Amino acid sequence: MIQGIPIEHFLIVSTIMFFIGVAGFIIRRNLITMLMAIELILNSVNINFVVFNRYLYPDQLQGQFFSLFIVGIAAAEASVAIALIINIYRKLQNIDVENVNEMMY
Amino acid sequence: MAGYTYTVFILMIPLVIFLITGLMGMKWKPIVSGVIGTAGMGISFVLSLLAAASYFFGGTHGAEGFQTIIPFEITWLRLTESLIIKMGILLDPISVMMLVVVTTVSFMVHLYSLGYMKGEGGFARFYAFLALFTFSMLGLVIATNIFQMYIFWELVGVSSYLLIGFYYQKPSAVAASKKAFIVTRFADLGFLIGILILSFVTGTFDFGKLTSPDGAIFAGAASLSFMGISALTWAMTLIFIGGAGKSAMFPLHIWLPDAMEGPTPVSALIHAATMVVAGIFLVARMFPVIHFQAPASQEIIAFVGGFTSLFAAVIAITQYDIKRVLAFSTLSQLGYMMLALGVSGYGGEEGLGFMASMFHLFTHAMFKALLFLGAGSIIHAVHSNYMYDMGGLRKYLPITHITFLIACLTIAGIPPFSGFFSKDEILVAALNHNKLLFAVEYLVAGLTAFYMFRLYFNVFWGKDRHYHHTPHESPLTMTIPLVFLAVASIFAGFIPFHHLVTSDKMGFDTEMHLAVAIPSVLIGLLGIALAWILYKKESAIPEKLALRWGILYTATYNKFYFDEIYLFVARNIIFKYISRPVAWFDRHIVDGFMVGIAVVTEKISFQIKGMQSGQLQHYAFIFVAGTLALALSMVYFLN
Amino acid sequence: MFYMFSGIILICSLLTITTRRILRAAVYLLCVLLATAGLYFMLKYQFMAAVQLTLYAGGIVVLIIFSILLTSHITHRFKHPDLVKLIMGVSTALVGGGLVIATILSHPFQTGTTSELPVNMTEIGNQLLSTGKNGYVLPFELISILLLAAMIAAIVIAKKDKNKNSEI
Repeated sequence: MIQGIPIEHFLIVSTIMFFIGVAGFIIRRNLITMLMAIELILNSVNINFVVFNRYLYPDQLQGQFFSLFIVGIAAAEASVAIALIINIYRKLQNIDVENVNEMMY
Repeated sequence: MAGYTYTVFILMIPLVIFLITGLMGMKWKPIVSGVIGTAGMGISFVLSLLAAASYFFGGTHGAEGFQTIIPFEITWLRLTESLIIKMGILLDPISVMMLVVVTTVSFMVHLYSLGYMKGEGGFARFYAFLALFTFSMLGLVIATNIFQMYIFWELVGVSSYLLIGFYYQKPSAVAASKKAFIVTRFADLGFLIGILILSFVTGTFDFGKLTSPDGAIFAGAASLSFMGISALTWAMTLIFIGGAGKSAMFPLHIWLPDAMEGPTPVSALIHAATMVVAGIFLVARMFPVIHFQAPASQEIIAFVGGFTSLFAAVIAITQYDIKRVLAFSTLSQLGYMMLALGVSGYGGEEGLGFMASMFHLFTHAMFKALLFLGAGSIIHAVHSNYMYDMGGLRKYLPITHITFLIACLTIAGIPPFSGFFSKDEILVAALNHNKLLFAVEYLVAGLTAFYMFRLYFNVFWGKDRHYHHTPHESPLTMTIPLVFLAVASIFAGFIPFHHLVTSDKMGFDTEMHLAVAIPSVLIGLLGIALAWILYKKESAIPEKLALRWGILYTATYNKFYFDEIYLFVARNIIFKYISRPVAWFDRHIVDGFMVGIAVVTEKISFQIKGMQSGQLQHYAFIFVAGTLALALSMVYFLN
Repeated sequence: MFYMFSGIILICSLLTITTRRILRAAVYLLCVLLATAGLYFMLKYQFMAAVQLTLYAGGIVVLIIFSILLTSHITHRFKHPDLVKLIMGVSTALVGGGLVIATILSHPFQTGTTSELPVNMTEIGNQLLSTGKNGYVLPFELISILLLAAMIAAIVIAKKDKNKNSEI
């Protein structure tokens, strides 16, 4: 609709981005990289919300507000996660997720 | 009927003392807990004397006789609308009398123990237990309902267990305490079942409702029966079994002689004056029910009482441990009281037996406590329990000697000492009811005089033994209670019990029954004379007699082998054929099952714990994969 | 225009998770976020795009870069990831992506036909703080509390222990 681009294209882009995030989360062992992967996932969801809002319900603003809130939550999550990462680094002198296994068994 | 609220303190003071000395006694000098306990008991003693004075002579005696007063009661458990368990204080003639008995003896024992237990380890513990016992016993006698009574009944059992096992380093004391506990507990089972039947039939625990003589509450109960015997007879007989356990009636008597392993003041308090009369008290408390609703039970009570008194008197003749002689004498006297209750009627002259039983309970508490405390004084001086270690002690222990003589005369039923009056009443009641029981009791009166004076002559006369050190009179804290109790033993007989403590709470007039009194005094004197001849001087006659009677003597000396029979039954039959298979079943089947479950669980968890790797990314993968699998399956199944 | 942004997004996000230098990963992430902001501009959500630029690109990425500088050496290169993890991650991504894309393509979307709401700041402010229909004051407040809590939590967690301090 907008400039003749169908909604599916947006959605496919965000889906690919989402699963790249998931793959990154599973593959990388550096905690900060995992955090970035999470940001990718959240961002792709944001795109979905906004696109749905624009294409399906252009007379309302729900999608935009949800994206807004997700950005807020992402900020909160990032700050707490980074605090945790710094603490872990202090304790273990590295930030590999494989070493964070004190809770096993 | 206000004005009796202070009776709460009679009950509460011992409890408080128990808590204080039990919790903090370790930190104090031993004597402090002793003094606190004694002082507290003194207050309780004075309060109960006050209560008794104002109850008996303070105008509560109306046209209906003495009123029953409940100065304090709280609802403790509300099980259903009709089945409510309360806690409270009930004052009527027998409970007031018991209050006086318990606090008097307890106070005397507290005072006496200051001297007797001096220097023993665990002095504070001893006083804490004494206070606990006194508390439970008082709670028992003033119970307003049978359930409260049962609770305190068990408390009495526990504290008695603790006191008998006071010298817990001594294996025999431990064994004796266990025996006492198990035997009485076994009897209490009967009591509990009896209570349950009774409350099922009547729907109440309350003594006030249960013991009203019109018996309206039992109207619906008459039709209930089991094996041809009415439910109430069952209930009463079972309750009597509980009482028989506590009061050491045959055949549940075996624990009492062994219980003498405890310190002597404990024997005086528990096994002479208070705890063992709990059973008598229970029967007296339930007396209207037993008499009107379960006459068959009353017959049982009478005969068990009679048999026990004869049986124990015979054994007492042959014993050498002075405390055991006293223990069997206690058994015998308790048998007397049971018998008196068993032969009693209700109301007026008919209720003579009831009155006599309570009367004897009162006098017996005094003189038996005196005897035990005297024996304690002797043991304190000689450091032995055995008669053949004693002799000629009258020179060394003058006060003990005189008071002991008074007690012996009292128990032998020589006028004007109190035992004469109460025993006389019992004999009259027995004569009115059953000639056989009268004959038994008459014989027992003679036996009693004989064995008591055998003890007396052996200990205080005869020739001197070789003592480790010269025996000396006990300290003042021990002799004062002796003197006090001796005075009480002499004069208690003149208390007009037939006006005060009767079955229907109304007084009646009775006079001396010379036809009974004179022969009973004569047989008492005969017993004394016999003992005089045999034991005053060292002589060979007892030995010869013992030889002549050979088997019979040995059997009696060994208490007719009752302990051995029980042991045999317990070990060879119950243990072998019941306990052992059950234990096997428990160990191999039940435990095996449980262990099996545990082992299987452990194996499985060991296998699957690898999944909890602690690797965040594994979890993430499994989470995502699971979600995808779910989504895929939904796509597949929904299309 | 759209395809350019999409290309940037896809390539950069792929690079984010495959590069072996962590600082570069952060920079690629920044590119992804900027391109996303471009998409928002395309969709005429200027406010949303502004938020994306300032909060995400400006705030979070800077935060991440700071923490990277705190915890890592810039020259540090990652080891190659485990083969098992690689297989796990790639297969999940492929299966999941395939599934979702197939679903998207098979689903007929009904494009909204109503007139577009002009998105200006007044409208956003009114809706964000109203309590009636289309009002978002409750989640707004929730987010504020959450942010406050997160801030305090972050400080508490990252703060050095006093005891530890004295030990060191």
